[in-house]
Amino acid sequence: IYSPRVLLRVKPSVNSLYLDVSGSSVEQKIYIELKNTVPCVRLLNATHQIGCQSSISGDTGVLHVLETEADLDWILSTGPHPPYMVLMEATFFTRPTMMRMKNSTRVAGVAVINSNTTAVESFSPHTSCPNQNTGVYREDYGPDLANCSSTVWNPLGNSMSYEDFTFPIFSLKDDNQTQVMRKCYEDHNMRVNGSAPQYPLCAMQLFSHMHAVTDTVTCMRRAEVCDPLSDFNVWASIRPINASAKGHKNNESVVIAAARLDGRSFFWDIGTSAEGTVSGIVTLLAAAHALYPVTQEAPPVRNIFFTFFQGETFDYIGSSRMVYDMKQDKFVINLDNVHSVLEIGQVGLRNGQKLWMHTDPVSRKNSTVDEEVINLVDNIKSVASTLNVSLDEPNTTQALPPSSFQRFLRVQPIPGVVLADHKSSFINRYYESLYDTAAYLNMTYPSDLSPEEQMEYETEASKVSRSARLPDQHCQGTYTSNSSYIGTKTFSHCISCSLSLSPSLFQMAKLLYGFLVRSNNSWFSSLLPPEAGAKGRSSILESGPPQYYIGLRQDNSVKSVTRFVQFVMANATGTVTSLNQIQCQNPNDVPGESKDLYSYHWVSGPPSANSTEGDPYCVRTSVRLAKALSPAFELPEYGSREYSTWTESRWKTIRARIFLVASPQLEMLTLGVGVTVLLVSLVLTYFISSKAELLFSSTHETPNTTY
Amino acid sequence: MTAAVFFGCAFIAFGPALALFIFTIARDPLRVIILIAGAFFWLLSLLLSSLVWFIAMKASSTKDAELQKGLLIFGVMFSVLLQEVFRFAYYRLLRKANEGLAAISDDETSPISVRQMAYVAGLGFGIISGAFSMINILSDSLGPGTVGIFGDSQYYFITSALMTLAVTLLHTFWGVVFFEGCEKGHWWVICVVVCLHLLVSCMSLLNPMYEGSLPPVYAVTALMAVWAFFSSGGSLHSLSQLCTRKSAEVEAS
Repeated sequence: IYSPRVLLRVKPSVNSLYLDVSGSSVEQKIYIELKNTVPCVRLLNATHQIGCQSSISGDTGVLHVLETEADLDWILSTGPHPPYMVLMEATFFTRPTMMRMKNSTRVAGVAVINSNTTAVESFSPHTSCPNQNTGVYREDYGPDLANCSSTVWNPLGNSMSYEDFTFPIFSLKDDNQTQVMRKCYEDHNMRVNGSAPQYPLCAMQLFSHMHAVTDTVTCMRRAEVCDPLSDFNVWASIRPINASAKGHKNNESVVIAAARLDGRSFFWDIGTSAEGTVSGIVTLLAAAHALYPVTQEAPPVRNIFFTFFQGETFDYIGSSRMVYDMKQDKFVINLDNVHSVLEIGQVGLRNGQKLWMHTDPVSRKNSTVDEEVINLVDNIKSVASTLNVSLDEPNTTQALPPSSFQRFLRVQPIPGVVLADHKSSFINRYYESLYDTAAYLNMTYPSDLSPEEQMEYETEASKVSRSARLPDQHCQGTYTSNSSYIGTKTFSHCISCSLSLSPSLFQMAKLLYGFLVRSNNSWFSSLLPPEAGAKGRSSILESGPPQYYIGLRQDNSVKSVTRFVQFVMANATGTVTSLNQIQCQNPNDVPGESKDLYSYHWVSGPPSANSTEGDPYCVRTSVRLAKALSPAFELPEYGSREYSTWTESRWKTIRARIFLVASPQLEMLTLGVGVTVLLVSLVLTYFISSKAELLFSSTHETPNTTY
Repeated sequence: MTAAVFFGCAFIAFGPALALFIFTIARDPLRVIILIAGAFFWLLSLLLSSLVWFIAMKASSTKDAELQKGLLIFGVMFSVLLQEVFRFAYYRLLRKANEGLAAISDDETSPISVRQMAYVAGLGFGIISGAFSMINILSDSLGPGTVGIFGDSQYYFITSALMTLAVTLLHTFWGVVFFEGCEKGHWWVICVVVCLHLLVSCMSLLNPMYEGSLPPVYAVTALMAVWAFFSSGGSLHSLSQLCTRKSAEVEAS
């Protein structure tokens, strides 16, 4: 059923490769196909369409490189060859420029060169108030806090990602290809002393036609046009919970430790989200790593329930689904089992920064909740004071920053804290943009290290490098807060906490490397099942960082980031068993094992000394995946205001190519010559054939005479 | 806008062939059959030469540029010779068919002369070879791009169309002259035709100098046109007759 979808969704780079091979030789003389292009695609929600698209046969325009203000003027008003295809460095990719282009009919499309060096001071194409309408603050819940009226969380946000562009916008990787484009521009389109360039001109064509229009309500009504954004949440608990029984669990009280899994940028499937998302993921994973052994020795009073919510960028898809399922008793626990929530937000701590504990002022009006929150905050503070990290509370009347916790508060008052590196508005200058990368978190490596050496680099460099200080503080901050949280403030814990710091630091380095620099490393491949980590087609490991855009999961496959988190969690909170591969698939047959309590995974294992292949084993863990598809599509209520309604349009071709266009004069000349030739030959042939008898007088006599 | 280039090139390349077909072939079913069969014979030759080409490409290494160039020259030569062999085979077949046609007709003479068959067969060769060399180019001429991003001439489309036109006409003339040579047993005529065909085809090895190969090809075409005219029974006398008739008519009116 899904095979056509697979065909439709070929990654752009693969697509262009294919076309390279198949083009005719004439086509190869005319066109240069561009590889490594990423389009901006159309997304839709209950009321709007956002993103970009081209016409169905692609949009073509004369190439113009935007380098100065004068170029913009040339493109938008004075240039004689509209429409223009604008090629620009990322520095020009700003809202004012883009909006001027959007309002002009002289722009056919835009290609942005995405270089690795960050040239802009700050850039966030996201909204200034993320997830404004689906958070907890509304008319009936802290109306004075709704719509970010008290705190604008992302003041740098210019909402460009939420504009609807009628022309295609592509992101190009900066490489030889952009050099070729520049050369084509310089050879053919450059103005000489301000006069218009002569034909033939260099032009570009972009294909990114989107099938869906208007909004989710419209596109879901028409089949095969758009698909809801969806993937999976990852959850795990310190003490196993029977997953086959849904609904309320007696004698179970859990503390939810949460982080979000996804991010986005202006372009499709680019979402580096280093500080925005990865800092939280990595911190929570490291905390789980450090906490699990401790809790096995001294079981905490309450169970710790780790969750990683997917799709939070798009109106809290993952958390709203989990809360919905809890409410419907379709999840392993329900809301009454939730004692409190501790969420890790953006924690890209740099030297000298504080960690802030955000709480919800509205639910704290309830005295029991307030008491718990104060208790919580005090615990965290008291442990933090013994360590080298400063923790503080912002003004208690301030609203919660955008966080999954808000979705829990929407249903019932639950005590909770959101940890973040910002007091009020975000410190992150590149929130949900393609600049929020490892480089922004000061993760730099000496150039002479091999990937494997890089992975373990930070531990050795912890004395000197700033980047190493970052995970150090991360770990301390969250580890202490978590351990204090379970209500065991004994000495032994603090000691184990400090002791666990050095392995955690090592762990942090590996985590950051895998999630931000290169997922194809020996550690990740040892944690994954052999088929997913193997070198080959089914491998989900890449030579770059994984992308954090949620995307769609039509064929029930799991996004690579989700898999990584799942198996790193399995490693952190699982135990190695002696089951063989077949038993691992059917552990219920083995006494003492239960598929209800645990999930079992056959993983590659670390490579041994004498072979590069790992020694696979079966790991038993409480880690599970839970569907992260917005309840709006489950109900279904495509116009829902309560739940996320984001869908992604389908498309057929994503392509970009450059070529020359001939002058209209030459084209008309060709046509003129053609028509003349046709008319002359018609007249001449008619004339000759009517006079053939006369001209070839011997025609009929010859055959017989020649024998 | 590039539809203009498409139609322009299509008219240039196939306009004369279309005109010839309409006024001299279409009305006579026998001629249509001979035309199609001629095209089929040319296709057979193409099939064979492409087979040989395929084997040669598979057998040789793609890295050696010298060898590749040599192979290309060999391929062109081989293909030309094969076309001429098939032209001869088609001639033999038509002779046989002609006898049969003569046998079954009422007055014991064939309804079509060998010269007419020569012309129709030549046009069949010409149309199909023109179509094969032009169709790819035509489909790409629809745009939006034009040749030149790698420094090639921007007149690629129009020169290709003009070249196709010349080749179509040349095949027609060659057909006429070749058949005449066979009829009369003048082997030197056949040799000249083959050599000219080789010459014209080797002009394409000069590419990407597309404009450069046009004048010699058109010179050959003009020469062949005159030759074909005379070998198919035309004469200066008939030409002058035509002119005088014309002038006489003018005077009369």
